[in-house]
Amino acid sequence: MKEKKVIALLGNPNAGKSSLFNQLTGLRQKIGNFPGVTVDKKIGFCRLDAKTDIEILDLPGTYSIYPNSLDEQVVLEVLANPQHPEYPDVAVVVADASNLKRNMLLFEQVSDLGIPTILALNMLDVAEEMGISINSGKLSKILGVPVVELNARQGIGIDGLKYTILNQLESKKTHVNPPILDEKSEVIASEVRKKYNISNKYLAMQYAAQSPKMMFLGDDAQKDLQALVEKYNFNADAFQSAETIDRYHDISGTLTQVIHETGEQKETISEKIDKILLHRIWGYAIFLSILFLIFQSVFSLAEYPMDLIDGSVAGLNDWLKSVLPDSVLVSLLTDGLIAGVGGVVIFIPQIAFLFAFISILEESGYMARVVVLMDKLIRRFGMSGKSVVPLISSMACAVPAIMSARTIGSWKDRLITIMVTPLMSCSARLPIYTILIALVVPDTKVLGIFNLQGIALMGLYLLGFFSALVAGWIMKLILQSKERSYFIMELPTYKMPRWKQVGFMILEKVKTFVFEAGKVIVAISILLWVLASYGPGSEMEQAEKQVIAANPTQTQEELASKIASVRLESSYAGHFGKFIEPAIAPLGYDWKIGIALITSFAAREVFVGTVSTIYSIGADPEDESTIKERLRNEVNANTGQKTFSIATSFSLLIFYVFAMMCMSTIATVYRETKGWKWPLIQLGYMSVLAYVAALVVYQVLK
Amino acid sequence: MVKFPEKTVADLNIGEKGIINTFKDPAMSLKLLEMGCLPGTEVTLDFIAPLGCPVGIRVAGYHLSLRKREAATIVLKPNQA
Ligand SMILES: Nc1nc2c(ncn2[C@@H]2O[C@H](COP(=O)(O)OP(=O)(O)OP(=O)(O)O)[C@@H](O)[C@H]2O)c(=O)[nH]1
Ligand SMILES: [Mg+2]
Repeated sequence: MKEKKVIALLGNPNAGKSSLFNQLTGLRQKIGNFPGVTVDKKIGFCRLDAKTDIEILDLPGTYSIYPNSLDEQVVLEVLANPQHPEYPDVAVVVADASNLKRNMLLFEQVSDLGIPTILALNMLDVAEEMGISINSGKLSKILGVPVVELNARQGIGIDGLKYTILNQLESKKTHVNPPILDEKSEVIASEVRKKYNISNKYLAMQYAAQSPKMMFLGDDAQKDLQALVEKYNFNADAFQSAETIDRYHDISGTLTQVIHETGEQKETISEKIDKILLHRIWGYAIFLSILFLIFQSVFSLAEYPMDLIDGSVAGLNDWLKSVLPDSVLVSLLTDGLIAGVGGVVIFIPQIAFLFAFISILEESGYMARVVVLMDKLIRRFGMSGKSVVPLISSMACAVPAIMSARTIGSWKDRLITIMVTPLMSCSARLPIYTILIALVVPDTKVLGIFNLQGIALMGLYLLGFFSALVAGWIMKLILQSKERSYFIMELPTYKMPRWKQVGFMILEKVKTFVFEAGKVIVAISILLWVLASYGPGSEMEQAEKQVIAANPTQTQEELASKIASVRLESSYAGHFGKFIEPAIAPLGYDWKIGIALITSFAAREVFVGTVSTIYSIGADPEDESTIKERLRNEVNANTGQKTFSIATSFSLLIFYVFAMMCMSTIATVYRETKGWKWPLIQLGYMSVLAYVAALVVYQVLK
Repeated sequence: MVKFPEKTVADLNIGEKGIINTFKDPAMSLKLLEMGCLPGTEVTLDFIAPLGCPVGIRVAGYHLSLRKREAATIVLKPNQA
């Protein structure tokens, strides 16, 4: 016996399941106004009354019980397997009331599986706007199951739904209206039922029609069922096609009795907006301008709060150093921890701006239009329009982006998308870009309004995007798949973003960024501080003595920074850096940058933290400068020139555009492709690309 | 007998309407059927994306976007002359 009753939320993509899930559980599952936001199942808990706690299951959206992609497959795996731990006791089919007919197909199929069902009419506000009204009482009478009215966005009708769920759990009502089977199918159904001890006839037919997609059956059963299909020459496609047509026929009959449409079809606001946003010429112009606006504001608007934070961190460090006694622990706190964490904290405003824009893109419904605009372009590069969602969301982070590729039905399109997605610049690269751009690109205005640094930033993002296209094109040539892909996608109506939701999302993402990156950075900063403060044997002391001996005329004070620098050089960290220096010198990097490179293999965002820790160890304690200034003043010991020269900085920028430096991404690709082959190929090609490109850039600009 | 090419959704002009008759591609028809494109349903061509593909249609009370190649598998009823 299961401990808790399971209530599954089912429905078409974008019907509002996750919104309802959040209302019921108080959790914050991702919501967005395009089909295919949720790609995996998710469990939450809900209290119905004082003694009833239930499990709520949020599922990916699907148009029918016949899956076309991996995310939809999840639904079949749960519904077709009564032994599944999350097999629902009651199914709530969330239907978009503005489009009820299409939503009813899944309802009919789910209820024919014998699962007690509740029909939840959502988006009634949208339906009303379109002049559609539904008599839900009458619909409930015809169907024989409860029908509730909801607004999952505003949380209206939730109590009513809870009450209805309670009733359904007590006295289960089902609506059974299975397709009429021909003789041959009847025979097959009864054979499957006997063999697998299934009571439901429709479920038995699913076993016959879809066994290759039902992984839970196991190899033997799948083979058996295949043999059965062959024995009777059963045509699954014909069965599905006839079933769909029959069901729609029935549904039409039901709905004409309960739906009342007022007035003539007039052009809706969404249609008017689409006329402009999907216009033959203006469509692309508007899309490009939106991108441009995003990068401009990420750079120029975020600058003020960033400078403020940068200054405060530097101020805090100086203050701590002045009030606390000079000791090892204080140095660990100030030079190690605060310098490292400060290197991340200053990027919060930028990250927040970036997330705000992505979230508005997703919430408004424009994302789906971008998918349409890009489909033809991106198809030549081995992907599908649907790849745009992973590509755009990986501007935030590649990990959820790679998972969202599950909605892409074709295996080849999906694999290529996964392989090239990490080339899109994620938010962890933003700090590196920002700091290096600030060093080498002048903060001037172009044409009076455009910030040159913002343009440079956009250039780096575009470079990532175009290289993703090229990589996709090459993979398409190599993979040579004959698999057919198609692109059939519902266009949601435009919706005003819920600002509260956008706000929460920003808060959440910033929190994850700071804490996730923070954890790694704190660990690495401490490690780095230790490695940089201690060296093998007495090498560090000897180096210090040598400096003093070599400059007998200067005082300790004057030599302070020189001493710090040679001490760092002979520390453990210095040895590491020196060790890899020969490999990276052709790219224009010295051993200090080498240390930062090594540490950033764990995660890119560590780079800035490391750099700031390394340079603050070398710095004069009286030095009040911020990270930016410190980097600007840094001098390469070998060449006597500025370390962060134009050539080196651009070489580093290019390196980070291409390099696959993120353990979590590698782990995600491993999970999504079920093996080490693809993540290793990906790591390999991106590393080679990064090295070669950085080499070329440095050698050309030098 | 001369066989006239059948008119498909891909041949519609923007704003033009048609009634679905059959499908040319059985595998594709499964997906189209579940999306509510049933024989006898009225479709209107809404937009053609800037590069000529995909196209957008209005069917069964909502908007659907599909590639031109896929639209060409949806055969329309001949116009009553
Ligand atoms: N106007 C209106 N919008 C709603 C309502 N319920 C949800 N929405 C919006 O509809 C969009 C889709 O909501 P989700 O909850 O992500 O839908 P979903 O069913 O989980 O979608 P998938 O995960 O893609 O299958 C969001 O923009 C919601 O804000 C409603 O009752 N009225
Ligand atoms: Mg969802």
